[in-house]
Amino acid sequence: MKQILLKLKKHQFLFEELVKRDFNSKYKGTSLGMVWSLLSPLLSLLVMRLVFTQFFGHNTAHYTIYLFAGNIVYSYFKDSTTNGMTSLTSNAGIITKINLPKYLFLLSKNISCLFNFLLTLVIFFLFVVIDGIIFSWTMLLIIYPILCLVVFNLGVGLILSALYVFFKDVKYLYDIFTLLLHYMSAIFYTVDSYPNTVQNLFMLNPVYVYIRYIRIAVIDGQVPSAVHHLLCAVYAVLLLVIGCVIYKKNNYKFVYYM
Amino acid sequence: MTLRLENVSVRYKKGDFKSVGLKEYVLRRIKGQYKVSWFLAVNNVSFELQDGDMLGIIGKNGAGKSTLLKVITGIMRPSEGTVNVKGNIASLLELASGFDNEMTVKENTFLRGAMLGYTKEFMKQKYDEIIEFAELQDFQDSKFRQLSSGMKSRLAFSIASLVQPDILILDEVLSVGDGAFRKKSEDKMREIMKQGATTLLVSHSIGQIRRLCNKALWLDKGKMVAFGDTKDVCDRYEEFLKK
Repeated sequence: MKQILLKLKKHQFLFEELVKRDFNSKYKGTSLGMVWSLLSPLLSLLVMRLVFTQFFGHNTAHYTIYLFAGNIVYSYFKDSTTNGMTSLTSNAGIITKINLPKYLFLLSKNISCLFNFLLTLVIFFLFVVIDGIIFSWTMLLIIYPILCLVVFNLGVGLILSALYVFFKDVKYLYDIFTLLLHYMSAIFYTVDSYPNTVQNLFMLNPVYVYIRYIRIAVIDGQVPSAVHHLLCAVYAVLLLVIGCVIYKKNNYKFVYYM
Repeated sequence: MTLRLENVSVRYKKGDFKSVGLKEYVLRRIKGQYKVSWFLAVNNVSFELQDGDMLGIIGKNGAGKSTLLKVITGIMRPSEGTVNVKGNIASLLELASGFDNEMTVKENTFLRGAMLGYTKEFMKQKYDEIIEFAELQDFQDSKFRQLSSGMKSRLAFSIASLVQPDILILDEVLSVGDGAFRKKSEDKMREIMKQGATTLLVSHSIGQIRRLCNKALWLDKGKMVAFGDTKDVCDRYEEFLKK
């Protein structure tokens, strides 16, 4: 860990330049540029709001916020991991020529996605105010699941980017997987109508856990249970460790397949 | 001793599951044609360089020259043998790749500098010098893809040639740009070498190797054919080419 931090310090300048590059390249050529970071989650919120209010909206308090919370967390996860997946291969030209820590490329992608997410989070809280949810100190708690989510995304990104070097099919599989995940994360519906055992099964889905934590803290104004806290951290650490092990094991094999 | 290679071999796996993909893998399995073969890109190479040595590496395409350099820079690990390096390495391998086409020349310059391990301050200080050397003053804010290929290589060389390494690795970099720039870049290289860097140079120009190097290494199909005095090795190589 200490070694990694030292390396990061050594490559700080490179890291800054990579983040700059990733962030700039994102909306290159669009006329609205960074505004899309705000506009696209808002538009997708609008669509979902229009479509699903009829089915789920009437029994759920603050349904807009409920939807929004699910949406931004899911989008951040998807954005960060799908972008992260190609971070090694799209930098093959550099990785095969200059000896650099490979995870830097993933890390910079993750940072630019995180920045994006934080922007949408600001809009989210704007909506919270508009929707008349009274501020409670528990809202500050969401820093915790967000930190876990950052680590979690990084872990998933490590795994995916390594797999993608070896198996390009991963990309298509992952597309399907994220679609499935979208429906399984209770983004636009509530799990209340399910029996208790099924509700507990939802907790096996890390993305759902992060979403749920934020909803409890923001909408209900309550402190999520210890189980929530534990799961947030366990998922994050677990995936990060798996990712690191895969990288460490394959660090010198990547070059042969790029 | 600055650099010592002992019995270094690099082995590639060919045709395995990961490189042929799932579909081919299943097909070959069914047909009973699936087999993994090994390819020896570098085969049992050993040599040693002292401070200030300039080694020219020669050999036909696919002789394993670039792979050998990748092992020395640490991008690849030798499958067998050991590489001992004393000091820091800077490598200028096929330079023009790895730039971002959509970014401006200026942005690319900083990014590349960062990749080569320069500090921000150093880059700020040297930026004008780089652009001037590359003769790209009028293109600083152009997109990288708008440059001609000669310009791209010139920029790459100009950034890379600022290094002050203990070991310098040059892979076909002295053949970029037009005649005038080639002369300029060779002078620049000489300047760096004079600072005492141990240099490894891959080139298809025997003349260049004779001019610049005091030792030469001849590779053929991954094997070391000869290592030693430039004149000896180059003479033998040229004779071999004539055959």
